[in-house]
Amino acid sequence: MSYFRAENLSLHFGGLKAVDAVSFAVEKGEILSIIGPNGAGKSSIFNLISRIYRPTSGRIFFEDQDITEQPPYDIAKLGIARTFQNIELFENATVLSNLLVGRHRHSTTRLWQELLFLPSVRANEKVHRRRVEQVIEFLDLEPYRDKLISGLPYGVRKVIELARALCSEPKLILLDEPSSGLNVEETGDMSFWIRDMKNELGVTVLMVEHDMSLVNRVSDRVIALNYGRVLAMGSPAEVQQHPDVVAAYLGA
Amino acid sequence: MRFLFKTSYEDDIKLFPHLGYFVSYGILLALLLIAPYVLSSYLMSQLVFVCIYATVGVGLLILTGFTGQASLGHAAFLAIGAYTAAYLQKYNVPFPAYFLAAGALTGLIGAMVGFPALRLTGIYLVIATISFALIVEEILARWESVTNGNEGMRVKTLSLLGVTVPRDSPTFYFLCLAVLVLTIVGTLNLLRSPTGRAFVAIRDSETAARSMGVNVALYKVKSFAISAAITGFAGVLFAHKLSFISPEMFTLQLSIEFIIVVLIGGTFSLHGAVLGAIFIVMIDPFLTYLKDDMPGIIAGIAATFGAGPATAGNIQSKVAAFASLNGLKGAIYGIIIVLFVLFEPLGLYGRWLKIKLFFQLFPLYKRATFKRQKIYVKSERNR
Repeated sequence: MSYFRAENLSLHFGGLKAVDAVSFAVEKGEILSIIGPNGAGKSSIFNLISRIYRPTSGRIFFEDQDITEQPPYDIAKLGIARTFQNIELFENATVLSNLLVGRHRHSTTRLWQELLFLPSVRANEKVHRRRVEQVIEFLDLEPYRDKLISGLPYGVRKVIELARALCSEPKLILLDEPSSGLNVEETGDMSFWIRDMKNELGVTVLMVEHDMSLVNRVSDRVIALNYGRVLAMGSPAEVQQHPDVVAAYLGA
Repeated sequence: MRFLFKTSYEDDIKLFPHLGYFVSYGILLALLLIAPYVLSSYLMSQLVFVCIYATVGVGLLILTGFTGQASLGHAAFLAIGAYTAAYLQKYNVPFPAYFLAAGALTGLIGAMVGFPALRLTGIYLVIATISFALIVEEILARWESVTNGNEGMRVKTLSLLGVTVPRDSPTFYFLCLAVLVLTIVGTLNLLRSPTGRAFVAIRDSETAARSMGVNVALYKVKSFAISAAITGFAGVLFAHKLSFISPEMFTLQLSIEFIIVVLIGGTFSLHGAVLGAIFIVMIDPFLTYLKDDMPGIIAGIAATFGAGPATAGNIQSKVAAFASLNGLKGAIYGIIIVLFVLFEPLGLYGRWLKIKLFFQLFPLYKRATFKRQKIYVKSERNR
């Protein structure tokens, strides 16, 4: 069985079929990219997986468990983290506390223990902090630890969002356009990080991306969507040469 | 300028990061402890009200400042705490028991208010909490077998472990101070642990909080419950301080005063609650002073500019009539809120930080340091 699987996933807004019977599978440890023109339903698929939307029909499986009916906060607890196309950080908090929120799914302390800040809470905080520091080191975020998000530039925010997702120690990470708004150099860094996430941290990656050079550099497989339907699926080279994809998205 | 050199993760968890904190808070504590033996009984009474208002302010800050859920119903929570105490007193329940019971009951009712509030945001939530406060006010006036209706209830003198504690005694002040300090310490503990961070996450982006595994509904209810429980505890002390409670004490005006406490103090730090409480408790005698003395002063000024005695007298009576207009206090409160929101959105504590930074950076301080630009618009689609 596949690691992650979507079966006949559909999302209809009235007559509009944003996602129309899409099926795909992600194998453990691979990087799968979803490409397609604007409005093809790429982000909608992500929002279906993280349960911001409820699918009209179809099912989603993760590690052989049906997660279609799970509440949204449980998706993160299962080990699926995500980033957002238009950065959703906690703006009036420091980078550190943003990243510590990423650790939320690992917090075990109870409210009354926290009110008294018992030694167990203190010990847990230090464990969380150590994990966060590992991610900070991984993504070179050391200069920003105590800065407020609202004062940081876009490129850094993008990385912090990735860091927050990594702090939850996900098994599967959903990246919604990781390179949008980044310059060439930052996009290069991002592609290295995505490969390292897979190779060093063993995270499976599902990503939506427009930058074809980034897609080519990191992806193991690519899915092309248009009007909510799968046009083509396969290796980056195969998909790029597919006549339907060329017609709908890439151009001749 | 001080640069903290951090050597362990412990350094970021500490409540008092460096020696300066121990010194300044030590001095503050010492001053607060000798206050009852130095200050006049009127000022002591004001100080007790500062403690009670600040406790409510901390409670409201958890909900409004840190979880981002506005509430104009906190007078109702205060009332529930106060009436629980007064009611249980009739059955000779000892103080510690009814103090805890009042907090627990208010917390429970806070959670119940939290559930319908899950589906509401912004202005709608404000309206819902106002309605809740009006309902409670009405229940207090009508449920005569328990609340004695509009007649109000007498609150017996507090007795703690067999010792009576009159409402103007130093012991009562110390009790209020202890409740405030414990509330602040508990809240600080909460804010540096996962629950507090979840609150802040909900405030800044519910979508992101949810996708990080925060059960948004559960934490909103928790926030409502904690905020209400703290207000309930304050309500018990409020009842004892006034020694008489009736429904018309817990009106919308009181809820607005609590909002002023957090708005004017500053919504991003617990310091704000205390500063706001001092402000709101002190503004009342100040307004009374203005009301009594302003007409005479203005008439005096008019006289020095050559107005005859008749004109001066006329001016004096006009100003006096204006000063005793109904609703003037509400209008002044409104103007204060508007001015603060426009010109000092970070509140009194924010102003204090700016002054501090000015001296630390002297002569390099720039006015734009605290100016926050909104550079990127967040996605509105997933709300």
